[in-house]
Amino acid sequence: MNLEKVVFGFFVMLAATLNFGFFIGDIDDPTVHNRYELYAAVVVNLIATVLKFGDRTQIGAVHLATSLVADLQLIAAAVVLVWATNVSPEGVTPSAMASVVSLSGGALLANLVSVVLLVIETVSYRRR
Amino acid sequence: MSVEEQAPSRAEVRAAVGPQSSEAVFLVLRRMRVPLIVLLTLFAISVLGLTLIPGTNPDGTPWRMGFFDAFYFMSYTATTIGYGELPQAFNDAQRMWVTLSIYLSVIGWAYAIGALLSLVQSRPFRQAIAVTRFQRSVRNLREPFWLMAGHGHTGDMLGTWLDDLGKRFVVVDVRDDAVDALDLGTYTADVPAIVADASTPDVLVQAGLLHPSCVGVLALTDDDEANLAVVMAASVLRPGLQVIARTSSASIKARMEAFGEPIVIDPFDRFGDHFAVSLRAPATEQLADWLTRAPEAPLPQPHDDIRPGPWILYGYGRFGREVTRDLRREGVEVRIIDAGTGLVDEPEAEVGLGVHLHPVEDVARTGDELELVEDVLGLVEDVDAHEGSCSRRAGRRWGAPCGAWRWAPCWRSSQAP
Repeated sequence: MNLEKVVFGFFVMLAATLNFGFFIGDIDDPTVHNRYELYAAVVVNLIATVLKFGDRTQIGAVHLATSLVADLQLIAAAVVLVWATNVSPEGVTPSAMASVVSLSGGALLANLVSVVLLVIETVSYRRR
Repeated sequence: MSVEEQAPSRAEVRAAVGPQSSEAVFLVLRRMRVPLIVLLTLFAISVLGLTLIPGTNPDGTPWRMGFFDAFYFMSYTATTIGYGELPQAFNDAQRMWVTLSIYLSVIGWAYAIGALLSLVQSRPFRQAIAVTRFQRSVRNLREPFWLMAGHGHTGDMLGTWLDDLGKRFVVVDVRDDAVDALDLGTYTADVPAIVADASTPDVLVQAGLLHPSCVGVLALTDDDEANLAVVMAASVLRPGLQVIARTSSASIKARMEAFGEPIVIDPFDRFGDHFAVSLRAPATEQLADWLTRAPEAPLPQPHDDIRPGPWILYGYGRFGREVTRDLRREGVEVRIIDAGTGLVDEPEAEVGLGVHLHPVEDVARTGDELELVEDVLGLVEDVDAHEGSCSRRAGRRWGAPCGAWRWAPCWRSSQAP
């Protein structure tokens, strides 16, 4: 067992699960989307991105690309949420919440691709 | 012109994907993973703690810091900008946490910056930067250029002539100082150079072996095996490319000639040939010398004083053997003196005479050798073995009695690459 692989798999999976946890629920209901979960998703996604640095293989490059997409989407979601909470005079409206959650949904798709890549890598490694 | 379309294309593709120019970037990313994660984690924990720890409003009611305020506060605190306690004064619980956060962030930054600095100073990183720069300058060459493997004495002379003729070249050499000397700029044109082992095909590809403007390869290292590897790599990766290689070994020469049609130059053999020709027909030698000299070089002087008398051959190495063979073929009597270090297969060779500090003076001083020396007309010396001290001392001592020897210094072999 390789500890590095464990850590890598852990963070990739955790990024996807946290993202999913924030995403699930009514899209425009602020009460079912915990902002701590969004915060954790952003941080874990960033860590997963850093873990993917420096891999020159094709699959490593795709890994990094999907992670960057997820980061971008999640940070955009966080910015929209902060804007709605702190700046916008109307506060967190259903439409603002909907855009936050849909942005995190986009990130979720990228995270799922990451997980699929991880599974493919594992399977092809076993066959060798 | 496309080489990739020719039949043996497998090796070409393999070599072409080997080194990549983005090596330095990947190295930085890879080495900075742990420091970045540490920094990120410490920062995230600090921000999270600030949002969780209950604060107090000025009127005494409980207040929780939002994520945005916490992020803002930690950003300016961790970067030591420090605007103070915003958006309002903290209570003691928050201050305790902030104290801890400050120390955590200082540790995180110190670690990250330290790691980055040590990476920038590390040898692999600087090597990667050098490779990247070299590959870029080779790729941007638009004029025809020669690929020179090994830039010692021979490479320097050849380089000067190529430069005078307005031709470009690229240098690969294993020695740092050879490449450093190029940086000091004795050539008018810019010469891309790299410290690398030319016997590695990847290095040759980096140096532009597959570049469409590469007109030829010059294998000039002082290592015969390395030169052979260069010839092999060039003939396999780029069939039909002009290759000029030097070697002083007949077997290596034969192996080189098995790969494509390289021009193989054996300096010892060449020397022997020239020597023999100038004994037999000095004018022919002078003409050949004249015709093959570098541009602007002065006219060669005729060697009228060469006489086919007995010659002393001092140092019986590879060079000595070549010369002995060529001289004997011309019917010249050769006497061999060797310090006993090399392998001497000549029955009448005088072995072990030059083991003292001043070999030739000793030779001249001893009675027997004086006799040997008196009727000698020339002296050929293997500089490689004795660093040229022989003929210099001989010149002082025997200048008058031994006429033809004066000319010996121009026939010294030089092993310098």
